[in-house]
Amino acid sequence: MRIEDKLFKVKFKADAHEFCHLKIKDQAVCLKCEFKPCTTFCPAAVYKWEGNKITVGYENCLECGSCRIACPYFNIEWEFPRGGFGVQYSKG
Amino acid sequence: MPEEKFDCIIVGAGPAGSSAGYTLAKAGLSVIILERGEYPGAKNVMGGILYSHSMNEIIPGFYKEAPLERPITEQRALLLTDDSGIHLGYKTKKFAQEPYNSFSVSRANFDSWFAKKVDEAGGMVIPKTVVSDVIKEGNKIVGIKTGQGETLYADCVLACDGVNSLLAQKAGLHKEWEPSDVALAVKEVLTLPREKIEDRFNLEGSEGCAIEFMGTISKGMVGIGFLYTNKESLSLGIGCLLSDYQKSLIKPYDLIEEVKSHPVIRRLIEGAKTEEYLAHLIPEGGFYRLPEVAASGMLVCGDAALLVNSIHREGSNLAMKSGVLAAETVIEAKKRNDFSLNTLSLYKKKLQESFVMQDLKKYRRLPQLLHKRKEFFSRYPQLASEIAYELIRVDGQVKSLKEKEIIKKIFETNSALGWGKVAFDLWRATR
Repeated sequence: MRIEDKLFKVKFKADAHEFCHLKIKDQAVCLKCEFKPCTTFCPAAVYKWEGNKITVGYENCLECGSCRIACPYFNIEWEFPRGGFGVQYSKG
Repeated sequence: MPEEKFDCIIVGAGPAGSSAGYTLAKAGLSVIILERGEYPGAKNVMGGILYSHSMNEIIPGFYKEAPLERPITEQRALLLTDDSGIHLGYKTKKFAQEPYNSFSVSRANFDSWFAKKVDEAGGMVIPKTVVSDVIKEGNKIVGIKTGQGETLYADCVLACDGVNSLLAQKAGLHKEWEPSDVALAVKEVLTLPREKIEDRFNLEGSEGCAIEFMGTISKGMVGIGFLYTNKESLSLGIGCLLSDYQKSLIKPYDLIEEVKSHPVIRRLIEGAKTEEYLAHLIPEGGFYRLPEVAASGMLVCGDAALLVNSIHREGSNLAMKSGVLAAETVIEAKKRNDFSLNTLSLYKKKLQESFVMQDLKKYRRLPQLLHKRKEFFSRYPQLASEIAYELIRVDGQVKSLKEKEIIKKIFETNSALGWGKVAFDLWRATR
């Protein structure tokens, strides 16, 4: 089962104001980051290396907090989505 | 949002927050719980086993009305290599009787129910509300700010906001966790008809089975997997240290796929459909990494305080106990009309006297041992599997020769002194 199919099973409530709760502080830092582990450990594949920058698919964020803690350069600004928005687990 | 000042503001309607809220409301204190999810439980994840004891102290006989899945009567531990498994299990009907030992649960259902009980007891539960910061007057925490910019005041704030406790960080109680302090767990809820579950897991009626597994399945990362039976679904997942994920560059969603296709697992879940995919961090740092949990006007409970006994896979019961102890402390502080650190430090004393801190202290050296000895997740399970294979295989070889070969294998893996050190480390880490 591909990650896209897994994420398809998760209910997300999109922020009405498209507030992005994950931000790369400085893309230049990602350029020099050798292994870019955010692109592998993120369980929702939110971070992708495309061209020469990291893209952030925050809409699929499962809000685990891993990227905030494990970005080797602490280059990710992590906030909670606004109240009531974001992932909505109902089975687990 | 109400304007008046509360006795206590609780951030987060999980097991810690609702336990504290219920205890405070029952004691007649004014309490409000702010929950960032659309409903309590929407953001909350665990493997899926709730131990009854702490909950039963809060609401005696809770299992008669709470939404629970199955009482767990069988516990199995598996040591898995890529193509084999060593099984150890314990089953007893005693766990099918009141007050029960543990239940599989869906947190979305359970946490909603628990929050409703807080409401019925007189507490206020407000969902869809993110708390963005604390309000300080000098050194004292006197309230909170919401994401919408509203302010709310109380004598005491309880940070029950889970492993991503930004609030305690903002209050200056601790810095960011290290990647080795937490495990990243991914989980799938897989639906399967009731009869199939009961047949495949050898269950009578509503009974449930909890399986935990480790071995080379985590690919050398410090990790543990689980497979729990719910009424009409299974919870399957695996958690590995975030620091190991950071280095291994393994993708968690690929790893769970490998778990699903493991020869010991795949028949158990065959035909089951993925209903939900979840991810969460689990505190694993243990005793030596525990943060400060008390400040003037603030206490920290549950995962937010890293209160997880990782070796026994206990977390929600520690959260509940810490929530109750924090509530008792607030009740005492209210009597004394003193919410300074001096009085609130009573919480730390209560934690130390309870199983929460005593258990964490007992296993204080374990996290370091596992960081040091990755062989527990690579070479040692492989060796155990090779030994089991030789012992069980009948091939005409005389047994005394077989034994010699096995002993040779054991000491090829590690010298006698080396094994002695492993045994000593293990003994020290668990005594």
